[in-house]
Amino acid sequence: MAEAKVDPMHQFTIEPLFGSESWALGATGINIAFTNSALWMLITTLVLFAFVMGGMKRELVPGRWQMMVETFTGFIDQMLEANIGKAGRKYVPYVFTLFMFILFANLLGLMPLGVIGVHPFTFTSHFTVTGVLAIMSFTIVLAVGFFKHGLHFFSLFLPHGTPWWMAPVIAPIEFISFMVRPFSLGLRLFVAMMAGHVLLEVLSSFVISGGNAGPLFAVGIGIPSMILMIGICALELLVAGIQAYVFALLTALYINDAENLH
Amino acid sequence: MPQIAQLSETITSQVFWLLVFFGITFFVIGRGMVPKIMQTVADRESQIGADLTAAKAARDAADQQEEAWRVREAQNRDAAHAIVTEAKGNAAARSQDVLATAQARFDQEVEAAEIQIDHARREALAELETVATEAAQDIVAKIANINVARPEAHRAVQEALARG
Repeated sequence: MAEAKVDPMHQFTIEPLFGSESWALGATGINIAFTNSALWMLITTLVLFAFVMGGMKRELVPGRWQMMVETFTGFIDQMLEANIGKAGRKYVPYVFTLFMFILFANLLGLMPLGVIGVHPFTFTSHFTVTGVLAIMSFTIVLAVGFFKHGLHFFSLFLPHGTPWWMAPVIAPIEFISFMVRPFSLGLRLFVAMMAGHVLLEVLSSFVISGGNAGPLFAVGIGIPSMILMIGICALELLVAGIQAYVFALLTALYINDAENLH
Repeated sequence: MPQIAQLSETITSQVFWLLVFFGITFFVIGRGMVPKIMQTVADRESQIGADLTAAKAARDAADQQEEAWRVREAQNRDAAHAIVTEAKGNAAARSQDVLATAQARFDQEVEAAEIQIDHARREALAELETVATEAAQDIVAKIANINVARPEAHRAVQEALARG
């Protein structure tokens, strides 16, 4: 009987690949080891490239694949137009990249490749990654805001119709809520992905432990856990899409603040 | 929790490779391919719009032509009707003329014939008087042995004929 030792956190461990643990960026000594995380970023990039390439036939009457890719670009385009307006058009490349990169990373991390011995790594379950993406979005918001409105951008912290005597209270609150945005943006994705993967891992440990503990436990705990896992897998696929959507949508809303103030 | 336990040793690698691959994705896919795909969609939509406009214009033109044809058709029908009416009128007038001419000729012929008949009757009557006069002279001569003078016999015949 196999020893059931399941560490739900082990799946998030980053390991350098191909003996790259001492790779450094030039003479700066900054470590850039090519890890399993980096490998899955590469795979995400390649899969996403292959997917979008299928939509580049540019036919007048699109096939299924082209239609699918056009649906995604149209989806992002409409989201930006609905939230920002005509000016939202120019952010389509960034928001599309953000949405698709996160979506494909989330989905690829859920692929049941373990059955063929390959363990997918969900790099969106690392706040180092989601944090960088969030800071990127936040930087764009700040750059657009100050470039378009100059110091007038600070009026964002004083909503229209605020009585003057409320300003000393409202402005700090608005400022804090504004500064919290990159953290909430990055943490939301990281927490959602990590929680889902931990939950799946814990449930799978129930299946294995239950199976090992005898027929009664196998039927009483193992099988219900397995059924629950299948359901949670479907839920996680949904969460993968929703979290990518939320990240892109919030980025669009924040850019809207910078683009149009309020 | 490896995310925190490995933070210091992996953060540079994580950030570097994310920037590399996200950058590649952004420039190659986001900036390179997405605008082309959206252009394709926009081209298709504008073509569909143009086709719909052209179809609408063609339909309007067809409607207009049908309307014009209808008007022309009505005019033609009226014209044809007028021609038929005129031809009918002409034919009726001509047949009237022909009939009138024929009638006139008949009347003339009938009158001539009546005159002729009257003439013939008169001649026959005169002849009858002559024959009757001679016959009366003969009869009187044979029966009574009297020679009656011709004018006398003629007068007696005339009286008898007048009494009828």
